[in-house]
Amino acid sequence: MLAAHSIDHVVLERGDVGNAWRRGRWDSLRLLTPNWLSRLPGYAYAGSDPDGFMDLRGIVEFLAGYAADSRAPVRAQTAVSRIRRLHSGYQVLTQGGEIRCRTVVLATGAGSEPAVPALHRTVPDSIQCLTTVDYRNPDQLPAGGVLVVGAAATGVQLAREIHRSGRPVTLCVGEHVRLPRSYRGRDVLWWMEHSGVWNQRFDEIEDLERARRLPSPQLIGAQDGALDLNALAAAGIEIVGRLAAVRDGRALFSGGLAHLIALADLKMERLLDTFDAWAREHGIEAGVEAVERFEPTRVKTSPRLSIDLNRGEIRTILWATGFRPDYRWLDIPVLDRKGELRHEGGVVAESPGLYALGLPVLRRRKSTFISGAGADAPEIAAHLLNELAGQGRSAARGLS
Amino acid sequence: MAQAVNNGVNVDALLAAREALKNTPAAGEFTWRASCKWQNGTYARSSVQGFRGLGAEQSHRSEFSFETDHPEVFAAEDRGATPVELVLVGLASCLTAGVAAVAQNRGIQLRSVEAKLEGDMNIGGILGVDPDIRKGYDKIRVAFHIDADASKEDIEALVAQSQKRSAVFDIITNPTEVTVEVV
Repeated sequence: MLAAHSIDHVVLERGDVGNAWRRGRWDSLRLLTPNWLSRLPGYAYAGSDPDGFMDLRGIVEFLAGYAADSRAPVRAQTAVSRIRRLHSGYQVLTQGGEIRCRTVVLATGAGSEPAVPALHRTVPDSIQCLTTVDYRNPDQLPAGGVLVVGAAATGVQLAREIHRSGRPVTLCVGEHVRLPRSYRGRDVLWWMEHSGVWNQRFDEIEDLERARRLPSPQLIGAQDGALDLNALAAAGIEIVGRLAAVRDGRALFSGGLAHLIALADLKMERLLDTFDAWAREHGIEAGVEAVERFEPTRVKTSPRLSIDLNRGEIRTILWATGFRPDYRWLDIPVLDRKGELRHEGGVVAESPGLYALGLPVLRRRKSTFISGAGADAPEIAAHLLNELAGQGRSAARGLS
Repeated sequence: MAQAVNNGVNVDALLAAREALKNTPAAGEFTWRASCKWQNGTYARSSVQGFRGLGAEQSHRSEFSFETDHPEVFAAEDRGATPVELVLVGLASCLTAGVAAVAQNRGIQLRSVEAKLEGDMNIGGILGVDPDIRKGYDKIRVAFHIDADASKEDIEALVAQSQKRSAVFDIITNPTEVTVEVV
């Protein structure tokens, strides 16, 4: 986009293109989104399995292909150590030297480092702890029980994988998003995309903060992807409430599990109602199967409220508790009190010329997904071009 | 629609307070208080009046008083409800107030709301019969009977939201640190 407007630009990558996908991900990972949704401006998935789900190698190849195809001026192995604002523009310090520029687009994402709750420090030393960034496959875990903390997409996927390796798994479930993989014969993301839910703009969403904090849905990139709590429980995984504390070596779980389960079921129902309404209004009933509804999530009567971590039942704790961004290198006061970037649809108003891409619900519900970044980019680019033009005019008038 | 609905909750004030607290979260620090005076046997009288909030000492308009005791089947005088029943009252009333507030915010007119609670407990715990018997409730069940201008699904969502924001629900379902000292 910037090339099309002859704007001199450079893309800095600390490793190689697709670095985040090359490291810090588990072996069996596949995208949650079907391949036909892998679209970037002027570039789309061209393989033979559009309804399939890309694996790690596929993702890296896809991104590397796009970088080559768009001839993006990528400087690989160029980690950024600091970004500061100058009188007219920005100073970017990298391992390859200093760069001065008028605008900066932060595309590092919101998931730079694992967000492990403080209570992990109270876990007995005898238990092996790892995050989803450390985890590759079940073979690296000791034999014995595993406590998986967190039931978003990663948590439920790894809970099932680890359980299939023969280790007993207990899954701690807090607030979560339940979605079917397939609805009325189509992938759920087909519905999200076509019904417009995924394209809902940030300025149309009533509780934007909440939308930005939503955990990833309990899906896996596979056709047999039934990963809801009923499926996991049926497979033999123990479902307990949110890990609330570790006291005297006992892991304590919330007694509010039934509530969060009811909440997730209600929200899924509401979403399916939205899909059905859209299908009716747009006369596509003939193209999809009949309306269906899913079993309510069953809570086991009296789920355990605690586990004694000193008794040997649990040998490993896997923290699947999400991520937070790392802005330690951003030497500009544009973070809120929680360490998140303050922005309006990706425009950092407090620092003209500074932008972000790829953050949750940056401009649309799909902003964190590959096709979402592709949809947001032209709008950010337009704002950026306008900003440069404005700076140019100011410079010409001798005002900067 | 919000103007036509009146459940008696000043939602505008609550939303304004929420906005204000986003910028000054410290102002949201409250300390609630209760004091208890032993009367005789298992009979005690507790009172609530002062609390701290919004950076200042506050006071209820009058002192509220609660008498508690054990029942005759516990070989006591039954001069008041049991402390564990007061906990159910706390949960019931917190959830019920929440239902009203959420209904107001969502433009749902309530006609009647009644919560019925049950808490299961094995008294062998408090009597020291067996340390593995829990002293507190093994389980609490809440049943809401709600007559309102809304679909069953909207009412269920209402009740779910009330739990989400309920102080007492949180107190009961999650661990809370309690320190006891002799002054």
